[in-house]
Amino acid sequence: MVSRASTNGERPASHLSLTRQVRWSERLAEALIKGVALVSIASVLLILIFVGKEALPVLTSAEVHREVSLTTLFAPNAEAGYMWQPVSEVPKYNVLPLFLGTLKVTFIALLFAVPLSILAALFVSEFAHKRAREIIKPAIELLAGIPSVVIGFFALVVLASWVQRLFGTEHRLNALVAGMGLSFAICPIVFSVSEDALRAVPNSYRSAALALGSTRAQTLLRVVLPAAAPGIAAAVVLGFGRAIGETMIVVLASGNAALLDFGWGTSTRTVTATIAQELGEVVVGSAHYDVLFFLGALLFLSTLAINLAGERFVHRMRKQLGGSQ
Amino acid sequence: MPRFLGFLVFGLALVGCTRTESTETGTAADGAVGVADSSTVTIKGSDTMVILGQRWAETYMKANPAVTIQVTGGGSGTGIAALINGSADICESSRPMKDQELASVKTKRNAPAIEVKVALDALAVYVNAKSPLKEISIPQLAKIYGGETTNWKDVGGPNHAIILYGRENNSGTYGYFKEHVLANKDFAAATQTLAGTSAVVNAVKGDEFGIGYGGIAYLEGVRALPVKKDDAAPAVAPSLETAQSGTYPISRFLFFYTAGNPTPTQAKFISWVTGPEGQKVISDVGYYPLPK
Repeated sequence: MVSRASTNGERPASHLSLTRQVRWSERLAEALIKGVALVSIASVLLILIFVGKEALPVLTSAEVHREVSLTTLFAPNAEAGYMWQPVSEVPKYNVLPLFLGTLKVTFIALLFAVPLSILAALFVSEFAHKRAREIIKPAIELLAGIPSVVIGFFALVVLASWVQRLFGTEHRLNALVAGMGLSFAICPIVFSVSEDALRAVPNSYRSAALALGSTRAQTLLRVVLPAAAPGIAAAVVLGFGRAIGETMIVVLASGNAALLDFGWGTSTRTVTATIAQELGEVVVGSAHYDVLFFLGALLFLSTLAINLAGERFVHRMRKQLGGSQ
Repeated sequence: MPRFLGFLVFGLALVGCTRTESTETGTAADGAVGVADSSTVTIKGSDTMVILGQRWAETYMKANPAVTIQVTGGGSGTGIAALINGSADICESSRPMKDQELASVKTKRNAPAIEVKVALDALAVYVNAKSPLKEISIPQLAKIYGGETTNWKDVGGPNHAIILYGRENNSGTYGYFKEHVLANKDFAAATQTLAGTSAVVNAVKGDEFGIGYGGIAYLEGVRALPVKKDDAAPAVAPSLETAQSGTYPISRFLFFYTAGNPTPTQAKFISWVTGPEGQKVISDVGYYPLPK
């Protein structure tokens, strides 16, 4: 970015006639924009540093190690097994139930949101009339504007009762309810990005496929969808990132019992909900406080890794397909 | 590029951690006791007491318009942390402060924590209106919440799993229940932790096989079981008389805490709360006034 701008600035000799002032203001504008861009990078870094700093005692401090260490975070306790019970005579900090809860809820949310949103995106970009598209697209994107606490409340009061009546789950608040609530939050993201990807497929592809005698369905499935696949994959990754970090919906709708249980009908507790519920009370600098920050750091790193991996994957796919967006 | 970023992050993280000490002493100094008497009083703490505190504030401000009282909840632990950090003038707590917390107030605010009993609460055991249960004993409750008893039929109910509802661990109610019912043993992992007593009441209201606990004032749409101190004792329903006389086994005091002596404005409010007018508000909200 920088190099391109500077070559533009000092390009041909004929431009030397420009007054110095224009150059100067151009430089200033460029510096300003660069500064703004750097601020966003800096804030991400600073947040990471802050979280990392608060989490570090879990690895280094001997005082914290009296209560918790890396092994007790992940290995089962001799008596209690996989137990998260930080406020206790013998505090137990096993994070596996929390991470399992997070993955479970996120997976359920994607299971609902991804097919729905991709099909909706296909319809809107390929089949809908212009007028229908003009109504449907903003309507779905408006879903993103619903505050997550409202979605969570809806899941808690309405959805939970429906699910229990329908499936007869033992716990009224469970992973399924939280995942379904969460899918409301990620549908608009997955939809919006996949729709953009589908629309970015050049019309010449469609025309060529149709001209060669393929049906509309064949064009869609064999030409348009593969061409848009990198974009759709990016949409799913984005949705995953949003789902794994969402807090309010899961606090309200999951029941928050830290069970190491793979079922979808049992109450579950996520990493984000744990941080939200417990960080308000802990004594600053205590082992519990450090462990909560450690959880935050792990969550941060895992979403970072997933986003990077997703980007890599999309990049490679794009290269393989030879298409561009 | 990502590798370069990684190094940068790591390097900065190292720089960051060497500075821990200085920030910590900084907050301690900031938390020094304010001497000036402000007409604004910030109250923070127990979710159990938040409605009560707000009602007190409203009534008091009507009579004393010059004073502004702000009341927020968050849990007793949150309030105590706020008192320690100096971000609240008065902490509402539904449990007495622990020794460690008392010491923190002393070191961070340079003044001892002052405790005032302001009201009495009976901790109710909620069950769904449809539950056939007539009474429950403390040992039975301990087994239920400890995860030993998992079916209602073991305590005289229907043959169905017990669905446990409780509070998150920054709650004074959680602490009180853990200490006085579970004898400091751990809650069963299957206990669902909800934010606020009203959430617990709501959950039990919608769950035929649920059980929950919380302040008596939140009793709405659920039943409060009479509680037996042990299996041989008589069952006592929570009420003003049984809470004040102490025959109801899980009643508790609700507290105000200040760091050091309250300022004149705060002191006037606190004595109003413990006086006849403040105590009258308590009954309106649903808790019990202090025994005379």
